[in-house]
Order: sequence, then structure tokens, then C-alpha cells
Amino acid sequence: MPNVTTLNVNGKKVRVDVDSQMPLLYVLRDHLNMTGTKYGCGEAKCGACTVLVDGQPMRSCVTPVSRASDKQITTIEGLERDGKLHPLQEAFLKADALQCGYCTSGMIMSASALLNKNAKPSRDEIVKHMDGNICRCGTYARIVNAIEMAAGTAKEVAE
Amino acid sequence: MNEHDLELEQERYELFAAPLYNFNFNRRQFLKAFSGGIALIVPMSNLVARTLQQDQGESGRRGNERIPDDIGAWIHIDENGTVSVFTGKVEIGQNIRTSLTQAVAEELHVPVDTVRVVMADTDLTPFDMGTFGSLTTPRMAPQLRKAAAAARETLITLAAEQWKVEPASVRIVNARFVNHDASKSLTLAEVAKGQKLVKTIPPDVATTPAKDWTIAGTSVPKVDGRDFVTGKHQYTTDLRRDGMVYGRIVRPSALEAKLVSSDAKAAEAMPGVKVVQDGDFIGVTAPDRETALRAERAIAVHWQAPGQPGNEELFDYLKKNAVASRGSRPIGSIVNGMAAAQKKLSQTYTVAYIAHAPLEPRAAVAEWNDDKLTVWTGTQRPFGVRSDLAEAFHIPEEKIRVIVPDTGSGYGGKHTGECAVEAARLARATGKPVKLVWSREEEFNWAYFRPAGVIEVNSGVRNDGTVTAWEFHNYNSGGSGIQVKYDFLNQDIQFHNSKSPLRQGSYRGLAATANHFAREVHMDELAQLIQMDPVAFRLKNIKDERLKAVLEAAANKFGWSGKKTEGRGRGIACGFEKGSYIATAAEVSVDAKTGRVKIERVVESFECGAIVNPRHLNNQVEGAIVQAIGGALFENIQFKNGQILNGKFSKYRLPRFSDMPVIEVVLLDRKDLPSAGAGETPIVGLAPAVANAIFDATGKRIRSMPLSASSAV
Repeated sequence: MPNVTTLNVNGKKVRVDVDSQMPLLYVLRDHLNMTGTKYGCGEAKCGACTVLVDGQPMRSCVTPVSRASDKQITTIEGLERDGKLHPLQEAFLKADALQCGYCTSGMIMSASALLNKNAKPSRDEIVKHMDGNICRCGTYARIVNAIEMAAGTAKEVAE
Repeated sequence: MNEHDLELEQERYELFAAPLYNFNFNRRQFLKAFSGGIALIVPMSNLVARTLQQDQGESGRRGNERIPDDIGAWIHIDENGTVSVFTGKVEIGQNIRTSLTQAVAEELHVPVDTVRVVMADTDLTPFDMGTFGSLTTPRMAPQLRKAAAAARETLITLAAEQWKVEPASVRIVNARFVNHDASKSLTLAEVAKGQKLVKTIPPDVATTPAKDWTIAGTSVPKVDGRDFVTGKHQYTTDLRRDGMVYGRIVRPSALEAKLVSSDAKAAEAMPGVKVVQDGDFIGVTAPDRETALRAERAIAVHWQAPGQPGNEELFDYLKKNAVASRGSRPIGSIVNGMAAAQKKLSQTYTVAYIAHAPLEPRAAVAEWNDDKLTVWTGTQRPFGVRSDLAEAFHIPEEKIRVIVPDTGSGYGGKHTGECAVEAARLARATGKPVKLVWSREEEFNWAYFRPAGVIEVNSGVRNDGTVTAWEFHNYNSGGSGIQVKYDFLNQDIQFHNSKSPLRQGSYRGLAATANHFAREVHMDELAQLIQMDPVAFRLKNIKDERLKAVLEAAANKFGWSGKKTEGRGRGIACGFEKGSYIATAAEVSVDAKTGRVKIERVVESFECGAIVNPRHLNNQVEGAIVQAIGGALFENIQFKNGQILNGKFSKYRLPRFSDMPVIEVVLLDRKDLPSAGAGETPIVGLAPAVANAIFDATGKRIRSMPLSASSAV
């Protein structure tokens, strides 16, 4: 397959020149210097590398760049608009839904995919959707709380 | 074991022969860094003193004075009024950047956002042994408070001099100095301007008591939280330097394997690739990650590995290879205690090796400029890594700078500097900056594990619940948390070093998890033996008021005295470690067909003296409970002949969203007691509470962690 030469990332057309089989993760990180998307396991088991491709959550560490080449890619860097945080970003801060923060980009991207298709998910739906994302610091309850806050369904904000 | 031995024992795995002192950040270096303004120095001796009462500062009268040789930390108010705190501690998710900011802001009477904490840069920050042992809050924070309080008093005196008034009439309001009727005010910058004043914190400086805290003691948000939710924060793995190339290391076929032969011709023929071989070390660099990977794979290597023990024989192996015992002199007499007992119990407990699995793997970016080496790396011991580098390259430590960006967690797993050494070796050979990021598989195979262990307990009890004898032997897993807070009259508690087949080291809470598991499951067994309620049985043996308080708090919140939930089992455990007290109550369900254990509900009470940041403390306690689920239920390193058999996330199960129970945390705020660290101890109570709950649900007693591996379930 020929090299991939253009991508749509966060609403912008960007030029690259990479092997079509290269994982999207490394195109973003090494070639576009967009390092908000993280490597965690390289086998789609932790979700740290999650980005949206045409609105669908994808594990960029196992997604060949060719599969995203004619689609809209959204990364964590694309959520903030004109200095205003995305409601999920705001909610993660309010709920203190992070410790070391390394999983946070992937968590927020996975959660945004959920809210895009289901604006008011139940707690069970959140747990089921987010189960592929690992937070080794164990802030799961706070992440659920943050997603509920962003969805406007949070009953209480965790102290 | 006296208290001093115990302290050393806790650090057995935490110190890889690091020096206790290092006089490298001396007067000369400090003066180079200090350009003007006001600086308050915390001497190193204050930080390593064993108790706060032993603090020694130098007499602090006006004017410059002798700067101590051994600077432990310092606060600087520069001529622009910027407040900077310099400490060698690292931020790895425990939120000390925030809690230390709170401490300093509190005493200086300035808003949180005026304080900047400079951490873990060996050229800028004073020597620090490392960030471990829950020591930042009990040792570093009180000293920085004192420094900030002394800085405030100094600044107030200077402001009063400008106005020719009594210092007592000057206050700080919103980072401004105001006179008695607020008719005049000065900013920090206006007071610090033109000053060049260095002081060591005086011995008599008073700090704000916890009951009067207004900034500390409150839930200040993570100070740089926005950088994390936007992906802007740069971890080591995200750094990039001009001309940087990517490294890969050719790993041996097994632990302790020796190189027999290698052929790198194919790799060397690749454009831009450099192969570096030095003894058994083989690595490559390439202009991009993919080429580096291809080059690594193109190197043909033949290794020879010695035969080594595997899982099946592990616990026999650890007992057989026990080399020495360390412990206290026995208290009372086990023989007499056993004679006084009405019932006796001997049981053996085991814990498996588990992995830290920090989500950011080990990483380093190394760069040589002439003979000066700079390494960015995620480690809990920046100065220890600098020593490792100095030793590896036979260069003085002054020629090395180690910088630790806020790191993607550690849990005790990032004490060593192998990735930094590897990156520096490659960088020296190529003459270019090198980035080396360990893969997840490398992280599992070439880092180190929480020690496995065997624990034997012999005890005697009277039917009224009095424990008359307590004999406890831990093989290999460690001495942390081995001492009892129960009031047992006759005790013999020993830790036995052994030979570990796998590389082992620190892990959040160290051996306190293993020792609490054995002790608290055994206590449950004793309670059952004499048909006594597990809470009442423990209370019968507790005189320590703080332990009693957490146990009662957890039992009350859990509803221990109330009706049991249909189809569920419940268990409880309590303990003490690193200055803090914990009790954990758990409710589980066990699927009758599959044996799958689900932890349904956890109530944990925790007391660590005066609370510095309630929300971040809650977050730490909840996180420790979730991390504990892995070690309690399913984390278990499988190995054979020096190979890790389940070293990737698809084979090594970590706690996920769906494993999460309902968690209720009860924090006991003791404003009358000094704050203890809280990053570790909340992890120790879950495994025994769950094991006891499984027994309650099924009648099956499991004495091995992880509990789900047992055929009993």
C-alpha cells in the first residue's frame, strides 16, 4: 500500500508521509508531535491510546493509520475550543478524577464517544463502555462521577 | 525489634544502597542558583531527623548567616515576588505538588496560585533520598511550613522597616503587606526588591496549628490539573529534543541469561541505524521508532540461560533458601503463652509476586553535551539514578543532571535507573539525544516485582478472646507492618531473608500488605475457633485508642451489628503502618457455579493525623482500595526458568471499572496529631477483609493471595 500523506486531525488537514501500516498512535505522537494520546500496552487492553475516528473510539496503538486516513480523527488536543474546556474535561477536574493523569486522555476520549451516542448513560452503561480503559491509580469511581457530571446526571459530587 | 530496627527494616527494599546524606547541593551550588530576594533554607538534618522534636535549626537572627553545607529544601521569594519551593521530591500522582503548595501558601498567607514548586531536578533542587515510605507529608511538609512561616516573618519585618513601624502592626492580606489601618500596602515583590537575604529556619519558628488551617485542610484542586485533562502535560515519554533518535534494547532470553553470540550485520546495514554493543548490553538507535524496532529484531542473538525455579516450587524454595532472620527479641514467652491457651492454631499463608504496572512505562531521554549528561526520566529516586549513572559511566555526579517530569505513577516500582542508564549508553555511542521507552512487555520482564512470601503463624487463645501467644515468621516478603498493634502478652515475630528467584523491590505499602493479610486472616480464624464475633474479638485485644477508633468507625459505617445481606459474606480487618491507622470491612458475593468472587461493598476508615487535603486523601484511599483488589483477587506473576509467562495486559489482569465495589471512605481527622503520609497504608486492609468475607460466604478459608487462584473458591 502507498504511504499515507494526509490526515484530518481535530478538524484540520495535516500532511504526513508514513507507512500505511504504522499505528495511528505513533503517527500522532512521533510525526505530528501530538503527545496527549498515550502508549500503555500496545495491544488495545488499556485504552490510554484512545482517539475518535469518525466519532467512534479506536485504540490507536493497534489501528493502522490507513484505516483513519480518509476520516475525521479527534484527539484530546481537539476537545478544548477557544480556551474553553470540554464539559468532560471540566468534570474530570471537578470530580478530581485523576491521580497521575496518564490514563486521563484515553478516559476522556472514551467517555466522549459514549456521550456522543448516549447523552444520559446509566451507571451500568458507563461501567460497561469504560471497562476497556485502565486507571492503575484506581480513580474509577471518580471517573464515573465525572462522566455523570458531564452528562448532567450526577446525583452528588464526590468529596 | 526496637523502633529503630523497624525503621531500617521498612526501608530494606526501598534503598538500593543509596547514601543517607549527600552533600552535593552545597553552599556553592545554592549561591549559584540564588540571585536575589529572600531565601529560607531547610537543613538536611531537619529532614532526616527521626522525630519532629529532634529538629535542629540554626539560630535565626536578622541578616545573612552561615549557609549549611547540607541543604534539604529551600523556599525562595525572588525580586519579582514569585514564591518558589525547591524540593527533590517527585510527583507521581500522589498529589504532593498540591499538598506542599498548600502548606507553603498557608504559612506565607498567600493564595495557592502564587506558589510554584520546583521538584526533582538534580541541578536545581537539593538532594533527596527519594519519594517513598509516605515520608513527604510527615517530614518534608512540616519543614517547608516552618520555612514559609520564617519567610513570612522576615518579609513582615522588612515591610515594617520600610514604614518605620512595629512588625506586629503589619499583616499579609491576599499576598499584600498592609499596615495597621490598611492605609498602606506593599506587594511581595516590593518587599523582596533589592534584598539578598538568606536564612536558615530558626529552631523556634511557630507554624499554624491544624485547627486554624484555612488553605491546608481544604480540598484545593490539583494545582496543574488543567495540563492533564488537556493532554498538555509532558511526561518523559512525551519529550523530544533536537536531533533526537529512538532507542531499543535487545533483551536476553531469560533472567540471568548470558550472551553467547550475536550477529548485527543486517541491522547495521539499515540506513540511520547504529548498533551499540558493550559486554552483554546490545542496543540500537534509529531516526524513528519503527526502524529502531526493525533493527532490534534483525539482530541475531544466542543466549544461554541457567535453569531457575518456577511458580510451582516457589514457596518451598523461599523457605529452603531462608538465610537469616531479623526480628525483635521475643516479648514474654511463647511456651508459657501456649501453655495458657485453651485453643491453638498453626497456619501458613502465602503471597504471590505481583507487578506495579505503572501505566507510563519506564522511559528516559538522555543527552550528552561534551562531558555533561542530562537525563529526563520517570523515577522516584532522581538522586539515586544520578548515582547509578555516575557509577555506570565513571563520571562525577556534578557532570550529571537528572530531571523528573511529573510521572505516570510508580507505586514503589520506579526506584531504579536502568532505563536512564540504557538511554545514556546509547546516547553516548550515537552522539545524539536518545529516547528510550520500555514496552509493556519490557516493563513486566525487566523491572522488579513486589516480593512473594510465605508466612507461618502459631498462636494460642483463651475462650474469652485473649490471645496468649503470637509467633509469626515471614519468609522473603519483608518486615513492614510485621509488628502487632494488638496487646498480645507473648510474641515472637521474625522476618527471614531468602533468595528470590525474581528481581524484587518496593511496592506500595511494602510487606505490610502480606503481613496484614496473614495476621488479619489468622485473627479471623481465631475468632471462628472460639465462636466469637470478629470485631468483638479484635476489640478484646486492642488497647491502642487510635486502632480502636478506626475499627469501630468502619464497623459502624458498615453496619456490622446489623442484619447480614442475603447471599453475601462479610469480613473485616484492621491495622497500623507508617504512622496511620486503617480498618477495612468488605462484603462479597461468590458465584456458586463459577466460584467468581465479586467484591460488592467496601467500607474503609483511615486516620493519619491532621488531614491536609480531604479530597485528595479520599482519592488516595479509594485508589489504594482499587489497586488492592488486583493483588487480593487475581494479580499473580507466572514464571518458569527465568521467563515471565504472563507479562502483558492481555495475560495479566488488572482491576477494571467492572471490578469496582461500592466504596465508602470514613476519614478520621485528628487535628491534634501531626499529619502522616497516606499513599500506602490504605492498601493493606482489603485482601484480609475480602478473604474473611469469602469464608463467611462459603465456609472456605483461603490463605493465599491472590484469592481467586485458589482451587478452594
